[in-house]
Amino acid sequence: MSRRDWPLYEVFIRGKRGLNHVHVGSLHAPDDAFAVAHARDVYTRRNEGVSIWVVRADAITASSPDEKDPLFAPNGDKVYRHPTFYEIPDNVPHM
Amino acid sequence: MNDDSVYDGLLGGDSSQWAFGTDFEDPLAGVDTTVPDGVHAAELAGLCLRLGDDALVLSQRLAEWCSRAPELEEDIALANFALDLLGQARLLLARAAAADPSIVPVLPEGSPVPAEDALAFFREAGQFRNVRMAEVPNGDFAHVVVRLLLFSLVRLATLERLTGSPDAVLAAIAAKGVKELTYHRDWAGRWFVTCAQGTDESRRRLLTALDQLWPLYDELFTTDDLRAGTDVVLDQVLAVAGVPRPQLAPLGGAGTHTEALSLMLAEMQVVARAHPMGRW
Amino acid sequence: MTTPLQAGFDATIARHDRIEPRDWMPDGYRRTLIRQIAQHAHSEIIGMQPEGNWISRAPSLRRKAILLAKVQDEAGHGLYLYSACETLGISRDELVELLLAGKQKYSSIFNYPTLSYADVGTIGWLVDGAAICNQVPLCRTSYGPYGRSMIRICKEEPFHQRQGYELLMTMMRGTGEQRAMVQESVDRFWWPSLMMFGPPDDKSPNSEQSMAWGIKRNSNDELRQKFVDMTVPQADALGITLPDPELRWNAERGHHDFGQPDWAELTAVIKGNGPCNTQRLAHRRAAHEDGAWVREAATAFAARQAEVAR
Repeated sequence: MSRRDWPLYEVFIRGKRGLNHVHVGSLHAPDDAFAVAHARDVYTRRNEGVSIWVVRADAITASSPDEKDPLFAPNGDKVYRHPTFYEIPDNVPHM
Repeated sequence: MNDDSVYDGLLGGDSSQWAFGTDFEDPLAGVDTTVPDGVHAAELAGLCLRLGDDALVLSQRLAEWCSRAPELEEDIALANFALDLLGQARLLLARAAAADPSIVPVLPEGSPVPAEDALAFFREAGQFRNVRMAEVPNGDFAHVVVRLLLFSLVRLATLERLTGSPDAVLAAIAAKGVKELTYHRDWAGRWFVTCAQGTDESRRRLLTALDQLWPLYDELFTTDDLRAGTDVVLDQVLAVAGVPRPQLAPLGGAGTHTEALSLMLAEMQVVARAHPMGRW
Repeated sequence: MTTPLQAGFDATIARHDRIEPRDWMPDGYRRTLIRQIAQHAHSEIIGMQPEGNWISRAPSLRRKAILLAKVQDEAGHGLYLYSACETLGISRDELVELLLAGKQKYSSIFNYPTLSYADVGTIGWLVDGAAICNQVPLCRTSYGPYGRSMIRICKEEPFHQRQGYELLMTMMRGTGEQRAMVQESVDRFWWPSLMMFGPPDDKSPNSEQSMAWGIKRNSNDELRQKFVDMTVPQADALGITLPDPELRWNAERGHHDFGQPDWAELTAVIKGNGPCNTQRLAHRRAAHEDGAWVREAATAFAARQAEVAR
């Protein structure tokens, strides 16, 4: 990632009558405070009564696409990091 | 998922998602605009016109930033501020026209142009009541940050007071504006501190913009009793930013315009004036 | 030889399930997606300019608000799409660099100038109409983040098309001069709008693979036909003439027959020789370069704050 790029944030919003915060998308911001402001501008159109969470994408730990397969489930992988690929020889049986 | 349902389901029904800070139809539709007893109609109209012109002219400048901001997120933010102020302008110009119809320019018989547009597009520069802070041409990003900070600080104090206006329409418009301006002020304040404390270049640009705009600050105050409260907030921002309060005298000629306004209006009004009988 | 990973991928595509960022995918699939999503994102951002050109001159305050809100939406759409593209392992900054270097494209339609206020309406009606035809099937595209961005975007596009059509309807009820403006604008934008669906199927080299991967769901010619069939009755209701002497209803096919756009013109515009290619990129480059000090200042400030907090 280029040095000048602001970090990527994931945005979660709970609407006025919503039960939970729901992931709505991503944005870039230099820091947490700007991220909340940007989220408000970009994803809520300044609607009042919504609650916003932002979290840096590189702070999220994600499950593996296939939990059964330890080869593809390195612990602590990041959700939006450049996906890592494993060169798997053809003779390795797939579970 | 069915293709067509995505599209069809959204064509009708709820359009509240498109309320970008203003109603797109007649801004005062369904509102009782009778001037209350004890309120001087011409004075009310004059006040609304002044506040409406400030909002309209600064909105025009902010909209010029569209597609030119440093980052997409900031482009969207600046457009939001422009839309908020445009919404305020429409309400205030419509309120002014309803309070005193004699201020509305007369158009050819049968012209469909509504009063808010007659005021916006068919007055000359000399008839606009806005302050010069709103009209001077854009500079760099530091310039828009400083302008928005100084402008929204004073306008916020002004509208806070007007939430107690004896005219219920103006009081409601002011209450809506207070929420919007609080956000504009906070955004500008955050960027003010960021520029001041960011890099040598950003600090240099911020101080330059502050020196350019400071002489126009004084003109924002229509009554001196708004100064104390505004200064407390401004001094806080300056302190956090580590920026000394400029020691520059107010620019002479308060209440007049710069050369930039008539140029700006020539562009803004050109299509509307070419079609005084047009429908848009 | 098909690897287990490839087999898993193929099975997911065959089931019409979504591929997600951390799933294995063939390099070609990733490259194609990056190219297509980036082109789509760039189109939204460059597309702000032709309409943005008229914000300062909008002839009523209501129209000014609508137009500004619409152009702002396009910035939002670009942002969603850049985010979707970033899940494939490329940053927004890199994508912008590729655009500015001319290594990634945007829709050729935005290389045409906007010459009257009627163009705001025509772009909403025809250009956004064509975009909707292209985009609605993409809500089901095989790559999850792209499909989800498209769902969000498709929620907003109908407003864009409707405001455009409504502007033209209103102008047609206005003066004779205004009606002439509308016709003149439609005359200019009709053929470039048909070109938005890309070259004919037999001359579209990447289409077949994209269809097989579920990135694309309909062929260029299918979508173009759908657009023409949808637009003709709208043009009639508007009271304007579409500038194609070959345009007529074919009862046998159950579709309209129509003439072919000048494909040489499309090739020229894509190669950079449209009326506004240079201007559009220069505008974007200027905004990007003028903003560099701001982005750097915010990064420096955030680093300093983090230092203080530690």
